Amino acid sequence: MRASLSRILRTAVFAVSLIFIPSVFAQEGYFITYSHQMEEPGNLEVGLKSVTASPKDGNAFLANAWEFEYGVKAWWTSELYLDSQHTANESSVFTGFRWENRFRPLLREHWINPVLYVEFENINGADKSLLEVVGHDTREEFAERNDRSEKKREAELKLILSGNVKGWNVSENMIAEKNMAGEPWEFGYALGVSRPLALLASARPCVFCRENFSAGAEMYGGLGDRYSFGLHDTSHYLAPVVEWRLSGSTTFKFSPGFGLNDKSEHFLFRFGVSYEIDQIASRLKSH
Amino acid sequence: MRKLRIVLLILCVALPALAISIEVGDGRWQARVPEAARQRQNPMANESSAVAAGAKLFQRNCASCHGKQAEGMAKHPDLHTERVKNATPGELEWLLKNGSLKNGMPSWSRLPEPQRWQLVSFLKSLN
Repeated sequence: MRASLSRILRTAVFAVSLIFIPSVFAQEGYFITYSHQMEEPGNLEVGLKSVTASPKDGNAFLANAWEFEYGVKAWWTSELYLDSQHTANESSVFTGFRWENRFRPLLREHWINPVLYVEFENINGADKSLLEVVGHDTREEFAERNDRSEKKREAELKLILSGNVKGWNVSENMIAEKNMAGEPWEFGYALGVSRPLALLASARPCVFCRENFSAGAEMYGGLGDRYSFGLHDTSHYLAPVVEWRLSGSTTFKFSPGFGLNDKSEHFLFRFGVSYEIDQIASRLKSH
Repeated sequence: MRKLRIVLLILCVALPALAISIEVGDGRWQARVPEAARQRQNPMANESSAVAAGAKLFQRNCASCHGKQAEGMAKHPDLHTERVKNATPGELEWLLKNGSLKNGMPSWSRLPEPQRWQLVSFLKSLN
């Protein structure tokens, strides 16, 4: 009885997730790479980032990360992620949360704009959201059966370097992550390039005009750890990204990702949707 | 383990403090505009559709803070002012690109430069 109730509840949660997909949205042009763009102060962005894959030696999975991004200040953005995943023939599980803060120390626009990123994550070994690839993360982890017994309380630091020139955004992230249970520091990278399809806005409101689309690509992967830094036994991905801004506050993103070596999953498909609630604090106060 | 926690705590406290300390001493945004940027002319000034396109961009990106008629909301300023009227197109484009982060105005560098000039055309049409 309890088992069937639990199954119904899990199914309901996923059904609600799917129903709500069309009504939420996001803002950045990438899935993995961060640019120096910050959330506008007072705005709350609610989004969903999903990734699906069918590992050769494991079961197909769909991992979801709900994100709640708030602009605390124009130079400070705080974000909460809630991760879950469903693996075919196994289970649907909540896999943990992440809390990140991004700070922009230089208050003017430069050719290269640094952003400092600090994150704490409390996830378990079943997490497959793949929001970053570090250390010796490889495709073999997708083949393992869902196991929540492994706890990962990790600190993650990123140095984000990003610039906009002639409509192009070029971003580079250097990642250092440490499991606080005494694991060594692990390293990774993410690179991204994107550009709107049109630099000029048209005078009329439009849905499918080129200015609402941007296209780009990102590349990300692991760089080993403190004791074995480098490319040996690491995975890397190259992923084109297309973003469609439906309105001022709703954005859809799609990204097929291709593994670049035999340690990488051959193919990943990511999709995301986000919705921005303007000036949420003022709205709440006025009610 | 303990050292790591201390380092993280310091980072969480120090980074915002660092950013705040950098803000101290900032004057008004117009005083910070470099002369070369101040003198830039709007390449969209003679484009008949620039004001309409700028109005669309304004509704999409700016109206949630500055109001649909740019009348200002709460702490966010009214844009029908002498300061906006007297600002050069170059100054307004510089503000859109850089923002005034300590005062809550975000950077709109993610908008392509031609779109920022379209916004400037709209702002100038307000006054």
